Amino acid sequence: MTELRKRGGGGGDPDSTENISDKEADGDDRLGLQGDAEGEGDGDSKADTPDVPLSTADTDNTPQCLNKALEGLPPRWKNYWIRGVLSLAMISGFFLIIYMGPVTLILVVMTVQIKCFQEIITIGYRVYHSYDLPWFRTLSWYFLICVNYFFYGETVADYFGALVQREEPLQFLARYHRFISFALYLAGFCMFVLSLVKKHYRLQFYMFAWTHVTLLIVVTQSHLVIQNLFEGMIWFIVPISIVICNDIMAYLFGFFFGRTPLIKLSPKKTWEGFIGGFFSTVVFGFILAYLLSQFQYFVCPVGFNSETNGFTVECEPSDIFVMQEYTLPAVVQNTLRWKTVNLYPFQIHSIFLSSFASLIGPFGGFFASGFKRAFKIKDFASTIPGHGGIMDRFDCQYLMATFTHVYIASFIRGPNPSKVLQQLLMLQPEQQLSIFHTLHSHLRERGMLPPAAAQAE
Amino acid sequence: MTVCSESGKTIKKCTFKKISQPRQQIILSVGNKVPGGNYARCVACLCCKVSDSELKVEKDGVSDSESKVDSGVPEVPVPADDTPEVLNKALSGLSSRWKNWWVRGILTLAMISFFFFIIYLGPMVLMMIVLCVQIKCFQEIITIGYSVYHSYHLPWFRTLSWYFLLCVNYFFYGETVTDYFFTLVQREEPLRILSKYHRFISFALYLTGFCMFVLSLVKKHYRLQFYMFGWTHVTLLIVVTQSHLIIHNLFEGMIWFIVPISCVICNDIMAYMFGFFFGRTPLIKLSPKKTWEGFIGGFFSTIVFGIMLSYVMAGYRYFVCPVEFNNDSNSFQVDCEPSDLFQLQDYALPSILESITGWTTVRLYPFQIHSIALSSFASIVGPFGGFFASGFKRAFKIKDFANTIPGHGGIMDRFDCQYLMATFVNVYIASFIRGPNPSKVIQQLLALRADQQLHIFNSLKAHLTEKGLLPALEEAAA
Repeated sequence: MTELRKRGGGGGDPDSTENISDKEADGDDRLGLQGDAEGEGDGDSKADTPDVPLSTADTDNTPQCLNKALEGLPPRWKNYWIRGVLSLAMISGFFLIIYMGPVTLILVVMTVQIKCFQEIITIGYRVYHSYDLPWFRTLSWYFLICVNYFFYGETVADYFGALVQREEPLQFLARYHRFISFALYLAGFCMFVLSLVKKHYRLQFYMFAWTHVTLLIVVTQSHLVIQNLFEGMIWFIVPISIVICNDIMAYLFGFFFGRTPLIKLSPKKTWEGFIGGFFSTVVFGFILAYLLSQFQYFVCPVGFNSETNGFTVECEPSDIFVMQEYTLPAVVQNTLRWKTVNLYPFQIHSIFLSSFASLIGPFGGFFASGFKRAFKIKDFASTIPGHGGIMDRFDCQYLMATFTHVYIASFIRGPNPSKVLQQLLMLQPEQQLSIFHTLHSHLRERGMLPPAAAQAE
Repeated sequence: MTVCSESGKTIKKCTFKKISQPRQQIILSVGNKVPGGNYARCVACLCCKVSDSELKVEKDGVSDSESKVDSGVPEVPVPADDTPEVLNKALSGLSSRWKNWWVRGILTLAMISFFFFIIYLGPMVLMMIVLCVQIKCFQEIITIGYSVYHSYHLPWFRTLSWYFLLCVNYFFYGETVTDYFFTLVQREEPLRILSKYHRFISFALYLTGFCMFVLSLVKKHYRLQFYMFGWTHVTLLIVVTQSHLIIHNLFEGMIWFIVPISCVICNDIMAYMFGFFFGRTPLIKLSPKKTWEGFIGGFFSTIVFGIMLSYVMAGYRYFVCPVEFNNDSNSFQVDCEPSDLFQLQDYALPSILESITGWTTVRLYPFQIHSIALSSFASIVGPFGGFFASGFKRAFKIKDFANTIPGHGGIMDRFDCQYLMATFVNVYIASFIRGPNPSKVIQQLLALRADQQLHIFNSLKAHLTEKGLLPALEEAAA
């Protein structure tokens, strides 16, 4: 144990001087971090919590061409330009993959998920100096594959029921899917137990827990993102855009008007930025929802067309995407002199989504900031120049994705009809019969069925 | 300078931790209660029986190099001996080794009789017991987390841990109640709203806890707080989800609850006996007391035990029928027509067995075949749960999770193998035994839009007519 610690300690020192001259010197943060290393309470300086060597996350990854183009400017402006250029690049990338369609989106989500997982696991390795733990890298990736297999299998079985029923091996896999996933997971669990080495028990348990918590956060929520996507691409685009808008607007408002600090955890956030971001995000969401609701491409659930073996986004738009007239309350009537206004109901929903993104979404950011402070890292990784790692960009998105999913499940749609049918067909015949009668009487009550001629019951 | 009278080592300082409230059950020394209620002694001081007056009280004692090396050891001392006085008196004559076995034996019998007793009392009581066991396991593991990280005085953290436990339990119990007591829920108006927006309410409650956590982050204790947050969540994942899987199994029929638990208990006991009498080859470095002879002997005896137990239980409706809620009497009932699994069938024996036993066919419940699969899992993969818990105890240098049960340790010590088993049984049932829950399907059906319902109705009608369950109907204008 002490050997591992020494190696980490030796590696840390030469790197720490680099960081002070880093472009994004957060002033207080940097000094605060150095101070913490010495003056922390006994809890943190015990052997259980070694310092993280500050290494790869802070190297300058800016491409040479950008460096050349901007070499005239002073470092602070250069930093802003880099961030700006990369922001535009990311936003254009976002539009491009939306244009390319659902399959590409799913692949991109999956890639992002794998990268986030890798970033967090790498931090875990550095924190615990557990580079040489036997088997551990293999096991982490194995668990990632297992959990992904489980979730993708459930998604495929739900949404592509027709395709699955056609192919014999797929049908077998779908029927025993949970059992197979569980068996795969158990194999990983048993490998972990067998890999426990006498001197490294605690490290191995920590890494095991770290892996599982990361899986819980990253993988489950990326699958919620994909399920939102299947509801209709608008449920994917609008939440993500709202969070990005809130980030940018809060930054701009804070930059121009910022005065009162918001929370000790992130000294750069201000109340002015927070409130300004809230209002501008609500307006932005409202407008964006209006623009996107008109296109079937965004609004329709993604369906799998069995004949063409491709994804189709064509349907009759549901009620929330059909313009309706709302009467304005009297107060607003007096100011605007309109009686009614034509809105998509989805725009009302977008107000709720925007409120969540501005009010609660930042807590995801604070959580990630606290995490970085706790483990004394500046960024999760250095994948994106000027911005840090993928996880840095996506930390607020995770709460949003879960919220959108829960919102859809509670307020928008009922269960998935093909899934219900699939479950129906798996029941015992007597149960099917009784359900049939219940449904029959229910539909008859509602007048959906013409009053039937004599039916033998 | 204090010198240990037993080992002769020098103890320079005793790293006291002043704790804000007396939490005596966390830090108890061997045989001694905490003096004064405000200070806890560390293990190094205790083992050498240093008296109070010789110890220097330090506030947040600075650890020097010697105690820094030792501080790899978390100060989680051995739980105190909690054997009730009556047992102590009765066994005072025997030597301590036999005394220990008698205590273990008596407690084992006590636990098994208690198990029978609560089975007799019925499903409601079983659910309550599962809930209590879950809460106790959660508390034990969280307490270990506190002592490992010395995080007694973290702001808010106890409250937050229990709050998250409540949230997750609310979520799972709500799902269970909505699934199984659908008609009851539809009747009562407040319950209906709660169940319709159940996921949203649970998520909002969880988010509140999450935001409270973020707001409670204190500058010096970030890392500790994140560790405890992670610890709490992993504990919730292990303990709470699997206790709910146990309850789901219970609703399938009490036999799906009793047989797996009994198989695991039997495997424990049989492996111990076989190891005791015949044990020679060690099984795994992690648990030096386990042997291959115990493992294999336990495997075969558990299979036989499982077959016999399922034979005995499959004959009674009380065990075999799914637990239902009777709307009229507002209580649970276990009355039904036993499914095919629980009806005797003839199986033709393979010829090898025919020649040995001289029978051509044998009458078995199909459930007994399933019980072989369950027993095999309990004997082969179940012990890995035990090894995991042993590794955990080694990693954090604790002997037992707690000392709730004299001679056995904590509740978690008894239940560590059960968790894997419960998950396996649940997955097994979902994959091989039953389809979806009919009342849940109806509930989902009624939540669909009218046109989707019509579409499903027509598909179902076509399907049933194909299978011949519905006589061919005269179609009015559809």
